[in-house]
Order: sequence, then structure tokens, then C-alpha cells
Amino acid sequence: MRYLMLICGTESPDTPVDLEEDLDEDTTDWAAEMGRRGVREQGSRLRPTSTATTIRTENGELLVSDGPFAETKEQILGFDLIECADLDEAIEVASRHPVVKSLGGTIEVRPLWPT
Amino acid sequence: MADVTGDAETLATLDAVFREERGQVVATLIRLTGDWDLAEECTQESLAKALEHWPADGIPRKPGAWLTTTARNHALNRLRRKETEFAKLREVASLAQLKDHDDVDQSGIVDDRLRLIFTCCHPALPLDGRVALTLRTLTGLTTAEIAHAFLVSEATMSQRLVRTKRKIRDAGIPYRVPPPHLLPERVNGVLGVLYLLFNEGYAASTGEHPTRHELCAEAVYLTRTLARLMPGEPEILGLLALMLLQDSRRSARQDEAGELVLLEDQDRGRWDAAAIAEGVELLDVAMKLEAPGPYQIQAAIAACHATARTAAETDWPQIAALYTRLAQLVPSAVVELNRAVAVAMAEGPAAGLTLVEALAASGRLDGYHLLPATRAELLRRLDRRSEAAEGFREALELARNPAERNHLARRLAEVTHPRAPHSRFDGP
Repeated sequence: MRYLMLICGTESPDTPVDLEEDLDEDTTDWAAEMGRRGVREQGSRLRPTSTATTIRTENGELLVSDGPFAETKEQILGFDLIECADLDEAIEVASRHPVVKSLGGTIEVRPLWPT
Repeated sequence: MADVTGDAETLATLDAVFREERGQVVATLIRLTGDWDLAEECTQESLAKALEHWPADGIPRKPGAWLTTTARNHALNRLRRKETEFAKLREVASLAQLKDHDDVDQSGIVDDRLRLIFTCCHPALPLDGRVALTLRTLTGLTTAEIAHAFLVSEATMSQRLVRTKRKIRDAGIPYRVPPPHLLPERVNGVLGVLYLLFNEGYAASTGEHPTRHELCAEAVYLTRTLARLMPGEPEILGLLALMLLQDSRRSARQDEAGELVLLEDQDRGRWDAAAIAEGVELLDVAMKLEAPGPYQIQAAIAACHATARTAAETDWPQIAALYTRLAQLVPSAVVELNRAVAVAMAEGPAAGLTLVEALAASGRLDGYHLLPATRAELLRRLDRRSEAAEGFREALELARNPAERNHLARRLAEVTHPRAPHSRFDGP
């Protein structure tokens, strides 16, 4: 089954540089490991929410606004598309992601519709 | 009349067999077909068929195998009718393959029931859905009965079951016993669901909804099944012991009017001695495995109460020590509150009150009626009556269970009454 991992956490521009570097390195390691395992199809970090644009319609009128769709503390920082045997494997893969392990972030795992 | 009695007896026997075998048949059918609804429907059909044949032909030597084979054949026929679907074709093939085997592999069946329990209690499912689906698939309770037990409409419960099954399918929750590295955590999750089920029935088994005791009985039955399927797991034994020990007081917990009777005032002669003996024995077996856990400790506390011949002989220092140990394993404000009560009984109300006041100051139990109720009870025992009255009033504003409300109202009347009543302490 294919799952989309939505990597969520707080955007903090004041994160110490060395912590950021560690995190980058750990995330690269995680991506490489999951790639070798054949689990990770693709994924990416996202630019900060300040670069986000939200598009919707209200009463048939197109509304384009600055910022993410939900004004919450936690934001989507990145995503990974993974192919796993079942939800237990997807949970295991997500649980090893550095954002969960060392940043106190959250990962939402959502199954994709079969194609 | 004799015939009628005979029929009733036959029906009772069949009922017992169905109850014992049903979960296993559903579990195997889910494995074979991968379709929960189909599995339930075909199991139902096989039970109907048994009801048709067994009274005349007698109960087969292996009723579970008979029912499984019958249900499997029903599934096979149904799937054949839908052969056009590719995914189902594969299942038909595997069914056809299995069709000729008369003997059902016993170890496979055991695994199936465990698979079903673990899947129903998967942590990715909503908690209410886990409880409902466990009851629906593993016990003989109908959707209507489960809805009644949880005080929701049948439509609501039906939706809950549909959503839960859909999530299992769509999110790819595996139908299996978790691998060893996940097992401790998942066993814990299953035990949590079973204990919640038990408490759901226990907490409400006085007053307005005495029938909810059904839930306690189902929880005991399921935990017993789990203990049999996974022998040597100390916490499973601990939970089973805990349930049996708590449930042993069932008939003494309420008086003729349905009013709650506190532990200390209960007629201990009405406690179920057989359940207590079994609970204590199970606890002994569990403790010999030398892996203590929260359920074993709670069972040990329940055993202290259950084996005290009179309320005065209760080993409160031991209970206080067990609560201290429990609080280390499961940091919880409710456990701290219970510990405070035990300390009050062991060392006097003032010592208990100090702990309760500290808990109140922490704000961790804000809105929990037993906090002001316990505080008021200790103040009453210290003869600080106006403060006690204040606490009982506060508790009354928070309590919802009618039996508990009646008890609090009686206490409030006592402390506001001009003449001091006998000063005794009744723990929560």
C-alpha cells in the first residue's frame, strides 16, 4: 500500500544552527535508508509557510490568499511518499523519522487511493 | 411440558457452543476472505444452519470445525457469484484450495482468534471503535445489544462499526498477531480495551443501568480467552485476576433499592468466594513470573480487600505501599488520590488529607468529583464539619452517577445535621 507521510512541526526560525544541521543530516540518512529498503518513493522538505499560497472558492468566486490553509501552530514541513506492506510498517517507518525522534514533531500517515 | 424443557435445554447448550465458537469462526473467515462483513454474515448463516440440523442430528464432535466449514462454503458460494471481480477471484482460488480439507488446523484457528483480537484493538483505530468491534466480532452480542450497553442508538453504533471496519481495510491495518518487538505494547493496548469494557459495565452496574453488567461478563470472557491463547503473560493473568476480584463484589455493591453500598459496609458473605479464590490463584501464578505490572498491582490491591474477613482487618499499610508502587509505574493523579485514601486509613485522616490537599493544589484533578468527595470524607472524619459540607456540595455538582449522587447527598445531610453521626470513614 502507498502512504503519504505529512511531516508536521513548528516552524522555528530560531532553531540553533547546529541542531538544524544535525536534523538535516539525520533526515538525509533516514531518506537514504528508506530508499535502500525500497520503501520511500519520493519526498521533499517544503519551503516555509511564508511562501505558501492557498486557493479556494467562496460562492463561486476564486479566492487566493497568502499563507497555509490552517492557522495552526504546527505546519507541514515536508512529505514523503512511501510504499509499505501495511499500516504497521508505515508506522514503523514514520517512527524512525528524525522529526518524530528528536524534534517533538508529528507525522500524519495517510493511505492513498489505489490506482 | 417435558418437551419444552428439553428444547430449552438444547437451545441453552447450542447457545453455549455458539458463544464459545463464534469468535473463532468469524476470525478464520476474515483471514480466508479478507472481508469482515462477509465473514460475519457467513458465520451467522452457519449458526442458522446449525440451529436447523443439530437439534435433530446432535452436536458434531468438533462443532467449531463444522461451523467453520459451513461458513466457508457459504463464503465460497457467495464469492463465486461475484467472480467478475479480480481481487475476489484470488480469494475464491484460495477458498477452493481449502475446501477439500476437512480437518481444520487447530493451531491456525488459535492464531485466527488472536489475529482478530489484535486487529480489533489496533492503536490506529478510534478507542470507541476498538471496544465496539471487539464486542461485535468476538462475542455473540448484536449491534443492537452493544448500542444498548453503550447508551447510544443502534444507528450510531452501526455507523461506528462500519467506520472502524472501513479504516482497517482502507488504512491497511494488518490482520495478524504483531511480531515480537511490537507485542508488549500491543498486548497492553488489548488489555486497555478489555479493562475499559469491564469498567464501562462495572461503573454503571448500579442504579439506572444494572443490565450493563453484561459488559463485565463479556470482558471477563474475552480476557479469559486471551489468557488461554497467550499463556504465561503475567499482565493478562493480572487483569483477569483484577476483573474477577472486583466483580466478586457485584451482588453486594447495591442494596434492594439499588443504592450503592460502600466497600466497608458491604455484606462480605455475599461476595463471590469462588471468584475471589480464582482471582487470588491467578494473581499468584502471575507474580511467580516475576514481571510486575500495573494490572498485577491493582489485582494485589483488590486481593487485599477481597481477603480481609472484615473491613477493620484490611491491610491498609500494604495497600498504601502497593499504590506507591503503582504510582511509580503509571504516573496518574487518580492513583495518587487512591494512595491518599489508603494512607488515611493506615496512618490517620490528617496524613491522607495532606496528600489530598497537595493534589487539589496541583489542579491535576480539577472537575473530578472524587477529589472533593474524598477531601470532604477526610474532613468529616476530622470533625471539620462545615468544610466537609462544602466539599460534599462541590462533589455533588460534579458527580453524574445517580447512586454516587445519592450517597453524597446522604453524607451532606449528615454533616449539616446538628447531631454528630457515628464517625466512620468510607473510602471511594
